[in-house]
Amino acid sequence: MANQEIIKQKLQYLEEQYHNHGTVKRIQRLAAQIRKDVVMMIGCEGHVGHLGGSCSSADIVAALYGRKMKLNPQNPDWEDRDRFLYSKGHAGIAQYAALAELGYFPKEDLWEVKNLGARLQGHPDRIRTPGIEANTGSLGQGLSIANGMALAMRLDNRPGKVYCVMGDGEQAEGQIWEAAMAASAHKIDNLVGIIDQNRLQATGAVSDRFDTNPLPEKWAAFGWHVIEIDGHKIEEILRALDEADTIKGKPTAIIAHTVKGKGISFAENQTSFHNTALTREQYETALKELDAQLAKLER
Amino acid sequence: MSKTQSQRLAYGEELVALGYENKDIVVLEADLGKSTMSNLFQQEFPERYFEMGIAEQDMISTAAGLAVSGKIAFCNSFAVFAAGRPYDQIRQTVSVGKLNVKICGSSAGLSDFGDGSSHQAVEDVAIMSAIPNMTVLTPCDAEETRQCVRAAVEIHGPVYIRTMRNDLPDLLPEGAKFRLGEPRVLREGTDTVVFAHGTMTGKAMEAAEALELEGISVKVVNLCTMKPFPYEAVAKLAEGMKAAVTAEEHTYIGGLASQTALALRKSKVPMDYVAINDSFGQSAQGPEELLEYYGLTKEAIINKVKEFL
Repeated sequence: MANQEIIKQKLQYLEEQYHNHGTVKRIQRLAAQIRKDVVMMIGCEGHVGHLGGSCSSADIVAALYGRKMKLNPQNPDWEDRDRFLYSKGHAGIAQYAALAELGYFPKEDLWEVKNLGARLQGHPDRIRTPGIEANTGSLGQGLSIANGMALAMRLDNRPGKVYCVMGDGEQAEGQIWEAAMAASAHKIDNLVGIIDQNRLQATGAVSDRFDTNPLPEKWAAFGWHVIEIDGHKIEEILRALDEADTIKGKPTAIIAHTVKGKGISFAENQTSFHNTALTREQYETALKELDAQLAKLER
Repeated sequence: MSKTQSQRLAYGEELVALGYENKDIVVLEADLGKSTMSNLFQQEFPERYFEMGIAEQDMISTAAGLAVSGKIAFCNSFAVFAAGRPYDQIRQTVSVGKLNVKICGSSAGLSDFGDGSSHQAVEDVAIMSAIPNMTVLTPCDAEETRQCVRAAVEIHGPVYIRTMRNDLPDLLPEGAKFRLGEPRVLREGTDTVVFAHGTMTGKAMEAAEALELEGISVKVVNLCTMKPFPYEAVAKLAEGMKAAVTAEEHTYIGGLASQTALALRKSKVPMDYVAINDSFGQSAQGPEELLEYYGLTKEAIINKVKEFL
């Protein structure tokens, strides 16, 4: 109990630190920039792109890339780095935006996404894209890959952690639960699974298909330390990520309640913006809204 | 007949030997370690051995994660579960990413005779060969199995190794070196060439010996590298022959018969095959009983050779 009290105090202190140093605002700016880049990557001339799930996880991506993870963009393969893996690989464009912001590749590359021969593929590709750890896109497999990375880092006494972002629709994939058991069995504690629970999948509500709820109970039953957060509150994301550092002997699952299409008024909570083309009007509205968010976050 | 040895024992022993030489080698198992003999590695290097439970798909993706972090990850199960069940995992992350994941499909072909079709891989070579970036090795005896395990460590990228449950006769000449994609001529001959791998290389040798007594000279070529398939070398080995015959413990679709037909597509040498005829296996009391039922015998090879003479 005393130990938990110390952790709580420490977390409270950290939270104040975030605000003191403008960290939250900086990450919010990064998240808004990621959303803007996502919209620009999708464009509007008949191209489609995974808008909804990229925007629902943008704050998580921003918190990880903007603060939490230790990385070296000049040396993407730096052995002591933390690892990020989108198990829901279709949201990869949000990761591309973060990688470009950090300087893994020129920002101009973003506008070539999905072009023939481009560095940035429709789903993450480790061979073509610096900063991508493994190929994902076939759903349900990322957590197993993350387990393997974490086991390798443990074998080599590396300090890094693996952060694996999954979707809530993706929780219907059986392999997720194989991996959940494996992580418990092997006591993998240098691993954080983050579930972007935006409640919508490609063709409708998750609850109308395989209702993957109740996620906290399920993950706890599989032997994970579970933290539930608002996935759009940067303080909560950072606090959960710091709390995960204190958990030993078991993996941590962060269930992040999110809004699909977050940050773009007409796309929020809409299944139709899972993987869609934007009209020119929608495109311009989205950019206008995101520019306004960015302006508000400027000092 | 020459001395017989276990391919899976050879596999397990060679893995241990390599474990001492290379500390990046890790081994994953899906609860069949006593059969695949990966348990030998577990005894020597418990910290580098991961029991992944009865979850083959998770095992392959976990191996992918280990491989992107610099490990050489050997995954083990029966061939039918190693190549079939985690096909998507092998394709999506391991092969597209050219990762150092080595998959040992143990108890392949009909060699798990008692367990029936659910446990008998008759199409694994076809599945694995169809995946870009994959190397497919089908050793014919214990020594060649050792060489394949060693070669798998040297090859950068995914490798599938197919081994049999039953003991197989020693066929490789002493001191024979393994070279990826290089067919091994085990017996010279001038009338007909027989290409074979795995169990059927031994049958081909027996057929050639029997045919020699009848004055028919058969060249026997062991084709361990099923991918990258040595198309040119196979065409060259068939040059001047009256015919080419293939023999494999696998469906004729997508295996040695198909690949040899491709290799000989511009050749005047006619060919035929001995293979499983687009059907699943079944239970039997022993491997030989099944091989006979599915026509994978010395006699079948002899008959095919004679049809062309």
